[in-house]
Amino acid sequence: MSIKTLTMTAVIALGTSAAFAEEVRVYNWSDYIDEDLLKKFEEETGLTLIYDVFDSNEVLETKMLAGGSGYDVVVPTADFLQRQIQAGAFQKLDKSKLPNIGNMWDVIQERTDQYDPGNEYAINYMWGTTGIGLNVDKVKEVLGEDAPLNSMDLVLEPENMEKLAECGIYFLDAPTEIVPMVLKYLGEDPNSQDPDIIAKVEEPLMAVRPYIKKFHSSEYINALANGDICVAVGWSGDVLQARDRAAEADNGVEIAYNAFAEGSLMWFDMMAIPTDAPNVDGAHKFLNFIMDPQNMADASNYVYFANGNKASQALLAEDVIGDPAIYPDEETVKNLYTFSPYPSKTQRVVTRLWTKIKSGT
Amino acid sequence: MGRPGLAVLDSYGCGSAGELMRRAFLIAVPYVWLLALFLVPFFIVLKISLSDTELAIPPYTPTLDLSQGWAGIKEFFSQLDFENFIWLTEDDLYWKAYLSSVKIAVISTFLTLLVGYPIAYGMARAPVEWRPTLMMLVILPFWTSFLIRVYAWMGILSNEGYLNQFLLWTGIISTPLVILNTNSAVYIGIVYTYLPFMILPIYSSLERMDGSLIEAAEDLGCSRLEAFWLVTIPLSRPGIIAGCFLVMIPVIGEFVIPSLLGGSGTLMIGKVLWEEFFSNRDWPVASAVAVVLLLILVVPIVLFQRNQQKQAEAEQ
Repeated sequence: MSIKTLTMTAVIALGTSAAFAEEVRVYNWSDYIDEDLLKKFEEETGLTLIYDVFDSNEVLETKMLAGGSGYDVVVPTADFLQRQIQAGAFQKLDKSKLPNIGNMWDVIQERTDQYDPGNEYAINYMWGTTGIGLNVDKVKEVLGEDAPLNSMDLVLEPENMEKLAECGIYFLDAPTEIVPMVLKYLGEDPNSQDPDIIAKVEEPLMAVRPYIKKFHSSEYINALANGDICVAVGWSGDVLQARDRAAEADNGVEIAYNAFAEGSLMWFDMMAIPTDAPNVDGAHKFLNFIMDPQNMADASNYVYFANGNKASQALLAEDVIGDPAIYPDEETVKNLYTFSPYPSKTQRVVTRLWTKIKSGT
Repeated sequence: MGRPGLAVLDSYGCGSAGELMRRAFLIAVPYVWLLALFLVPFFIVLKISLSDTELAIPPYTPTLDLSQGWAGIKEFFSQLDFENFIWLTEDDLYWKAYLSSVKIAVISTFLTLLVGYPIAYGMARAPVEWRPTLMMLVILPFWTSFLIRVYAWMGILSNEGYLNQFLLWTGIISTPLVILNTNSAVYIGIVYTYLPFMILPIYSSLERMDGSLIEAAEDLGCSRLEAFWLVTIPLSRPGIIAGCFLVMIPVIGEFVIPSLLGGSGTLMIGKVLWEEFFSNRDWPVASAVAVVLLLILVVPIVLFQRNQQKQAEAEQ
């Protein structure tokens, strides 16, 4: 969780729309957009954009289920989206107001269809994988040249973790990412909802937990970039942002991202409109703006996540579209798995397990 | 809270109708205050703690439907039960978290007292014309956001932080100390944040103290240390007790400091409550945790007040 809420209270640029400009409120993940796009949206539409950020699906979900969040566009991950649709938190998109929807990529739409049948409630913003962020030099220094840089062995084998602990390891604070990963490692179905199967992840995680410095879902970007830590189990684009920050700081830290050879989790962040959104029309304008190929390409070029917009691909920078860590080749894609949400009884088992793993009790 | 009303009765006795109105009004004010700011929110939380979770907005059932009249109300009450409280007793996590919170609160209150008392003592002994300035120095940090001050500590305590850089530079240590994300960082954060709550009540009781009492103690053969222990400390006791309560009670439920400065091993009830609320989406169990937390806090406060009252009566 993070209370770090960056509120971009936007400038009302155009004289014509002065004092009572209409507002659109967007709630998105932290470090997840090129902020120039926010200004561009205001200039194009004359609307005032209020842009807030979060760093955990749980925080977003609690706001959605409490109702009256005041947001017009929110960005849950697909499995959370599915559950929130069931709870009645979102309204169907009015596709007549979204002329850019034809730009979307069918390959991604087929996959998001399992969470939101017919893609009626949401559009894909970005997608990515969960893997390992590495400070390659430091890891090799500790484990030697033949360190298993793209294997779960690196982060789940106590022997490796014990050595890596001296240079620092972060894990995502997201049980719905880590539990399927460990199940995959154990050769179980990562999507298993059977509490007895899920209980099997406890032993390997408890064995490595003493070596994990922190469970956190956003701090690892800076920690990797500063050289505070050498390994993070994290999201693809976030690790690549860390790589970029380190390069900018020119501090000699070199960061790389690897998906797991055993198979990585593939996730989709979806933009949806809450049932009680105050400005439904403005929300559609924002979605349509995001689906513009140039805007979507700018966003991906900035945050290093792949997007679900086919038309934007021609406009992507070579180090984005050409990087298999962002747009994986077909072989890797075959190896990726998706995740479906837990029913609430299983969720309780998973959360309890997670508390135990994090705190030791 | 009944005291202000009694005081009114004592001093005015019975009088005209206007007097009665006036008295009723004065008595009503604290009760309305109590009702609006404490009892109503408490009953809302209690009600949710007796409900069941559901995937809906809001995520629990039943919700009170007044449109169906009496039947709706009866239906509503029949669905409430104590299941969630039973759940709390079945998993040792909750008791461990409560105990660990109390332990952290007691230790950090003691540390705050150790740091705060000398400061308050120094302030009370300072020349009168300095005191407002010293008071400002204690209060001034409050003008900055609490959150920013906690974030600043992250910058100070991290492995590459200012503290480690300084210690490495002086040569006291050769490898950086790991402080951030441990319980030590939590204690440092709590002592820093809550220090003014300890200093101000102690200062106000020390400031009122009659200096000639110390002189009398010394005339009667006490050393300075004995005089401090036998005269100053007992006279500042109300301030010490008030300060300790002002620090300990909010610390037990503290969430921000352990989540920003603490590590994965820091177990506190505030974090458990957060997990219930956010990760499990289980508002009823989260509310049950909050109700139990309130009971844990209320019992010592009531006992303490009783004790104070008895003492006051004995002294009279």
